[in-house]
Amino acid sequence: MARRVFAPLMAGLLATSPVSAQSLVMAFSGSPTSADPHYHTFSPNIALDSHSYNTLVDMDPKSRPIASLAESWRLVSPDTWEFKLRPGVKFHNGDDFTAEDVVYTLARVPTVLNSPGSFSIYTKSVVSSEVVDPHTIRLKTNGLYPLLPIDLTLVFMIPRRLGPNPLNEDFNNGRNAIGTGPYRMTSYKPGDRVELERFDGFWGKKPHWANVSVRMIPNDGARTASLLAGDVQFIEFVPTSDVARLGTDKRVALSQTDSLRLVFLWLNRSHQVAPPFVTGPNGEALTTNPLNDLRVRKALSMAINRNAIVERVMEGAAIPSNQFLAPGVSGHVADLAPVPFDIAAARALLAEAGYPKGFRITLHGPNDRYVNDGKIVQAIGQMWTRIGVETKVDAMTWTTYISRASKQEFSAFLLGWGISSGEASNPLRALVHTYDAASGWGSVNRGRYSNPQLDGMIKAAMAVADDKMREAALIDAERVAMEDVALIPIHIQKNIWAMRAGLTHTPRADERTLAMDLIPAP
Amino acid sequence: MTVWIFRRLIQAVFVMLAMTVIVFVGVNVIGDPVEILISPDADQAERIRAIAALGLDKPLWEQYLRFLWGAVRGDLGRSFVFNEPALQLISQRMPATLELAVTAVLLAVVLGIPLGLLAGLYPHSLFGRLAMAGSILGFSLPSFWVGLMFIMIFAVQLGWLPSTGRGATVTVFGIPWSFLTRDGLAHMAMPAFNLALGNIALVLRLTRSGVRENMPMDYVRFARAKGLSPQRVVFVHVLKNIMIPVVTVLGLQFGSTVAFAVVTESVFAWPGMGKLIIDSINVLDRPVIVAYLMMIVLMFVTINLIVDLLYTVLDPRVRIGGAE
Amino acid sequence: MSATVQREITPFRRFAADYASNKIAVVALIGVVIIVFLALFANLIAPQNPYDLAQLDIMDGRLPPGAKSPAGWTYWLGTDDQGRDMFSGILYGLRISLGVGFGSAATAGVIGSALGLIAAYAGGWVETAIMRLVDLQLSFPAILVALMILAFLGKGVMNVMLALVIVEWARYARTARAAALVERRREYVEAAECLALPQWRVLFRHILPNCMPPLIVIGAIQVASAILLEATLSFLGLGVPITEPSLGLLIANGYQYMLSGKYWISFYPGLALLVTIVCLNLVADQLRDVLNPRLQR
Repeated sequence: MARRVFAPLMAGLLATSPVSAQSLVMAFSGSPTSADPHYHTFSPNIALDSHSYNTLVDMDPKSRPIASLAESWRLVSPDTWEFKLRPGVKFHNGDDFTAEDVVYTLARVPTVLNSPGSFSIYTKSVVSSEVVDPHTIRLKTNGLYPLLPIDLTLVFMIPRRLGPNPLNEDFNNGRNAIGTGPYRMTSYKPGDRVELERFDGFWGKKPHWANVSVRMIPNDGARTASLLAGDVQFIEFVPTSDVARLGTDKRVALSQTDSLRLVFLWLNRSHQVAPPFVTGPNGEALTTNPLNDLRVRKALSMAINRNAIVERVMEGAAIPSNQFLAPGVSGHVADLAPVPFDIAAARALLAEAGYPKGFRITLHGPNDRYVNDGKIVQAIGQMWTRIGVETKVDAMTWTTYISRASKQEFSAFLLGWGISSGEASNPLRALVHTYDAASGWGSVNRGRYSNPQLDGMIKAAMAVADDKMREAALIDAERVAMEDVALIPIHIQKNIWAMRAGLTHTPRADERTLAMDLIPAP
Repeated sequence: MTVWIFRRLIQAVFVMLAMTVIVFVGVNVIGDPVEILISPDADQAERIRAIAALGLDKPLWEQYLRFLWGAVRGDLGRSFVFNEPALQLISQRMPATLELAVTAVLLAVVLGIPLGLLAGLYPHSLFGRLAMAGSILGFSLPSFWVGLMFIMIFAVQLGWLPSTGRGATVTVFGIPWSFLTRDGLAHMAMPAFNLALGNIALVLRLTRSGVRENMPMDYVRFARAKGLSPQRVVFVHVLKNIMIPVVTVLGLQFGSTVAFAVVTESVFAWPGMGKLIIDSINVLDRPVIVAYLMMIVLMFVTINLIVDLLYTVLDPRVRIGGAE
Repeated sequence: MSATVQREITPFRRFAADYASNKIAVVALIGVVIIVFLALFANLIAPQNPYDLAQLDIMDGRLPPGAKSPAGWTYWLGTDDQGRDMFSGILYGLRISLGVGFGSAATAGVIGSALGLIAAYAGGWVETAIMRLVDLQLSFPAILVALMILAFLGKGVMNVMLALVIVEWARYARTARAAALVERRREYVEAAECLALPQWRVLFRHILPNCMPPLIVIGAIQVASAILLEATLSFLGLGVPITEPSLGLLIANGYQYMLSGKYWISFYPGLALLVTIVCLNLVADQLRDVLNPRLQR
């Protein structure tokens, strides 16, 4: 008995932390909620799963689709996609990866029990599948659906050996944690750490690190401190306030890239009379909704000094924007420049719209969701007040904020949108299309903006099979949305990582932090 | 005595029941968990599916009765976020919090009592004044701020201690403990001391005022008159009398320490129950919030009971109800 | 001369003399008075209204102490990320922190003492009910109760106050009841009762004043702990709104700039909070020594 207690005790005292050139300790800012790759559509889960699992189609660092478990794909008829699967791919348990595993995975995704956010939104367009041969599969959609390959970049393949209804507990304890990815999960402690071990049978490029430990450190300061103290070698979401200091620190290197996350303001369009929190310049009730007037929306956008926000609030970690996507990403509109900051013109537009003395409004925002969100709304409050729109700012915690925002309880409010698909149809369909439960479009149109002309353009663009032609059609739709100030874009965030000196990282637009992207500097 | 314990148990059950109502209704009026957990890309149909999957489509009273029925059978619901039994989730994190809180209380005893004794015996010396001033600082410093300063100084500037997280663990009786490894102790030093700061000040002051109150008392004078050595008088007789309030307060304080670990765990990324509850509040993981509060209530009820029992053991003058 | 002095020794004078026996406590009391004065007249003293967005300019953000403002005056303690003058921010923050502290302590004091007195005087099931509630309340750590209440209600100055009142009232109730039980047996109460004075009059005009000393001590301690609790809650993101920061929130906001060397955003509010709490605690400490009969020389 004594020995049983004592032996591990001694072992523990003698144990030294396993530090070697082959080991990496990295810190996530959010905690994965499960090791089951189909349980929860949550960014930390997806980043973690990307180490152990593969998808048919992957995203490159710029979020352009590239081959992964599928070597190629094409439309064989308007409603059928054919994927040629990579031969010789092995699962961690030695099984071959074949078309049957794809069928199994697609069937499993919608059946995960108690999922708080199901990946079925990425598989629901597939109405049936047909295995042509072990390495060819055809997926049939309901009519033409050009985005299927992109949707499948978020569907991780698992082996059919797991049988019917694999439990997500068994993914967490490692029994079911079998993928085709470069790392195998050896231990999962929710909210604390995950241990990964290199899988030598991986089909792709062998990653540098033999062992990877992923720590969860949500506190920004603590994360930076851990890096400076050398406890971790690689951190994500470097707080903007530390970027300048870390940039001059010889022990540390930084990597950054434009993200796919747009930070913008909604204006409440669901009222004909003044929406909540909007009153006349002396607090009197208004009989019209000033936000329905294009000139007012333009004035509010013009009053925002985006360069000042980027420079002062974001400390350079963003690019001012008047559209959804950053340069270099599919769907970026080259000639759509950020709205110039012009107080005089904004005042003139307000006067022209019949508000020479402005009006009063409350600008709402979260204070614990997006990078510097609370500070951004305060800064915009300052700026709007300067054109005569007396602005109160109310920033609150995300949990109360988002449910109120979804019920149109605010008039002007800040949100962010991460464009997971890396192209323009996603924000056009989800954000600015008319809210329509039947089609599932406009699902997060929280400003309830509605423009039938734009709706028509989006619908037409989605019926174009050719990627280039569809991009052109979507760009036309984006122009219409921005011209009509459907929402007020502020900036596109940059993703920033920091690592110990001597390491090189390839930054990704999609915010995923991957051990595979980090190598010793040459 | 048995009657007394029985009555206390009945009371405890009613307290627990009342708390379930308050807590359950409380967590269910705030926010919308689906809105927070669901993928931003989700459409309206997926939203409805998620609401049903979390059981939120049912009326509140039905949710409560289901919860109560489960609670009777030891099932406090499944976490919305982790899809694990809430109780299991909490008990996984509990050892980390317990070892932190126990260490903090031990630190308070080991440092607080000797310092308090000295300060009480020599109240007007430089040491006595410094100890009192120090204890006021211990109360007055915001604990989160001290924690951050610790990290800045000892981890970032000096590099002596690891900045955050829990160190290597050793499994004893199936539970992973970190205080048995050198790495684990190194990780625990700052958070435990941070958490102990207020307790040290408290114990110091309690001991000091106890000494000051007891020294002029008759029994001390008698003991001295009998020719007992001053050491014996202080360490045996006075200390014994002081221990009663110290034990009571520390017992009660242990619960508060576990609760206050919320702050320390957030600062030091310590993977305990406190961090879990903050994370759960942030994502509105209602079953975990409810289960955590139920556990805390249970813990407090138990602690209060034990303290009352210890009272009778330590102080023969106290006779608990019914014995007279 | 000495005879007149002798005649004028009132209880208050004796109390003042006792209090003044500790020089540090006197300094602390002066400190509290100055701090309260600064907080009360923040709008007259501060060069800027830090809550008026029109007076802020983010282009002035994160300026170091001593920088000049566009209007020509000096940011003696620097500015925060919104271009808020830290000196003004601290004065206004002090006002919120003290307001929350004193406000909640006073409200809790009134409610708690009243309930405690009623419990002591009424006895029976009223007493049992109140005291069970007190026990229940006291058995839960303040931080947890406040955390839950704010998680339910959302942030806001009034919500923080409410949470603090709910957290604090029980301590007053217990103290008031204990003191009242002692006072009840005194002759003057029996005399008053013999005169058939109404119960509420006996309770509030005769018993209450005699129960004040311990209640004052509790109050002094509670003000300090309330301010600290508010700071902690704001740090955890559940306290006051970010547009009207208290000292705790100023510290929390500034903390993220510590690592990058912009220490002033968080250091000075931290200093202000520390000085405030230390002064309050020192005063509370001396009050306890003076008002606690068991320690009286």
